[in-house]
Amino acid sequence: MKMHIPEDNPQYKALKREIIRYRRKPGPLIQVLHRAQEIFGYLPPEVQFFVAKELNVPLSSVYGVVTFYNFFRTEPVARHIINICMGTACHVKGAANVAEALSKELGIKIGETTEDKMFTLSTARCFGACGLAPVMMINDEVYGKLTPERAVEIVKKYREEHGGA
Amino acid sequence: MKLQRAHVLVSVDPETVMAGAKEVEERLIKEIESRGLSDEIKVLETGTLGISGKGVVLVVYPEGIYYENVKPDDVPKIVEEHLLKGRPVKELMLPELPVRAVKRETVGLTRKQVRIVLENAGVIDPENIEEYIAVGGYEALEKALTSMKPEEVIEEVKKSGLRGRGGAGFPTGLKWEFTRKAEGDIKYVICNADEGEPGTFKDRLILEGDPHKLLEGMMLCAYAIGARKGYIYIRGEYALSIKRMQKAIDDAYKYGLLGEDILGTGFSFDIEIKKGAGAYVCGEETALIESLEGKRGQPRFKPPYPVTHGLWQKPTVVNNVETLANVPSIIKNGAEWYKKFGTEKSTGTKVYTILGHVKYPGLIEVEMGTPLREIIFSYGGGIKNGKKFKAALVGGAAGVFLPDRLLDVKMDFDNLKEYKAVLGSGAILVMNEDACMVDMLFSIIRFFYHESCGKCTPCRIGTRELLELIKKVRKGEGEESDLDKMIKISESMWKSSFCPLGQSLIMPVKSAIENFREEFVKHLDKEFHCENCRR
Repeated sequence: MKMHIPEDNPQYKALKREIIRYRRKPGPLIQVLHRAQEIFGYLPPEVQFFVAKELNVPLSSVYGVVTFYNFFRTEPVARHIINICMGTACHVKGAANVAEALSKELGIKIGETTEDKMFTLSTARCFGACGLAPVMMINDEVYGKLTPERAVEIVKKYREEHGGA
Repeated sequence: MKLQRAHVLVSVDPETVMAGAKEVEERLIKEIESRGLSDEIKVLETGTLGISGKGVVLVVYPEGIYYENVKPDDVPKIVEEHLLKGRPVKELMLPELPVRAVKRETVGLTRKQVRIVLENAGVIDPENIEEYIAVGGYEALEKALTSMKPEEVIEEVKKSGLRGRGGAGFPTGLKWEFTRKAEGDIKYVICNADEGEPGTFKDRLILEGDPHKLLEGMMLCAYAIGARKGYIYIRGEYALSIKRMQKAIDDAYKYGLLGEDILGTGFSFDIEIKKGAGAYVCGEETALIESLEGKRGQPRFKPPYPVTHGLWQKPTVVNNVETLANVPSIIKNGAEWYKKFGTEKSTGTKVYTILGHVKYPGLIEVEMGTPLREIIFSYGGGIKNGKKFKAALVGGAAGVFLPDRLLDVKMDFDNLKEYKAVLGSGAILVMNEDACMVDMLFSIIRFFYHESCGKCTPCRIGTRELLELIKKVRKGEGEESDLDKMIKISESMWKSSFCPLGQSLIMPVKSAIENFREEFVKHLDKEFHCENCRR
């Protein structure tokens, strides 16, 4: 399989440096993918191909690992990722209503991205912030004790404060 | 060192930071400075205090007074009234002292807690190794390295009766002994900090509140089994845990407690953090090992067990965070001391996360054998808003739904077994009369369906079949035979699945349907209205 990789691109250069750092350690694949996702935001085929080549592991193994874990993404995501916790504690406190309200507000289903690439709506397993249930995370910020109305309000505020693309 | 007359501890964790802990802390320092009290009063950051849903929480020592829901604007009043004039601000105080530590027996959330694992959480600054040393930290390590043979360490842990806190309850000393006796020079210690059980955050509290205790536990294990290298596998989402653990490791190296020739005894040990990537199945030890090796986290065939063929096929101990955090106290105080806590066959304490419709959600540490009723109604404060208790889901998602009549069960490994239940992760989710068991079971099955790793057929197909059936019942399209079919499927999964993930679904399925059958039967009626199930 051939794939064009712009190796002089700064992102690939940064990834290459990370790979060199991890390469000598045993079992580096997952740690390298973590860094790759930090650099690129997601893991497109080219990046997986590059990692496979540089670490000298089969592309199938890279793809297998990427698709196995929740944390890795193969699709580009919006500027803001909304993760609604679907753990049992959040469920019992009405997480489904929050998800429904946000889905309606943004006009997208769970797992989709808005057309203006502002928001990706997603669900996650327990964050370990169950005392605040129901909980969602927008990027790295945790928002707790949500009601459907409060969740919608927060998302609206994001749109205002962080610019409408 | 300056003598301070008071300490103010600010609990800093994701929850309180969100509530504005950093702003409160800044304001505190400013207000104390402006009144010229900086030399007398010290402000410290500490790990989470185990109090959930109460906003920013402060503790003022020496009195041990807790303030809840503190806003920056409350700070001048606390400084002026309490710190300057010695009059605690009543309206901000927590009604009861929820946490005190270091084995001083005090009133917990209305009752006393016994703190071994969490003795320092919320008491010391977790980012300062000297504070850990000041409260007796690393004494156990020194004792072991200078006066005990590795076999003696194992013997002490065996005698203490410590059993794994990750769920299965395997005797820790025995696991260590198998690994010690296994052939080979290279051995590993792995700390399982991939806490992913829905409704659990006890490990996070240890990682963020007392990281050195965990490191010391790992060092003792390494010395006992003859390992040179240890890994902490932390879930990627726990950013603060990773940061605090890394700081603790770096400091331990600086103090000569990690690396070559520790304390001049010839013992060498390194610890590295590995970030997990989010897969529930990685809680299973062989799946975790696969993931550490950089592969898909699918469980391995057993035997051989990790104690002989673990990481890179070398003898490996995999222990949960809470298990390892018990070890320093055992070595320091001896097995006889430890056995005073808990029951004969389940010694020591257990950390529980109490959540759901209770008055005081949060973490507690109590002796093994404490009745569930006491945990929910005394420590958890009972049901919020005057509602009635309906059920408790005990042990995490792979737990058991217990109705009121079964609440007198004593919480330890063996007593729970009689109820076909497990301690699991120590999660206790309490539901009031408004909760719907059908909807709850749906949420759990959906979780397992999503997290099934796909390696073995019973689990892969079984979770899908169960999901279809519970959806049918939830929508009002089910038949009575579907309920029995669900129990039957989960029984086959229990008998034939490859790892505990598929094997354990029988617990929530069977307990929900058997203990709340009436409610399930009601849902079979097309006309039945249920808000939770949206019909």
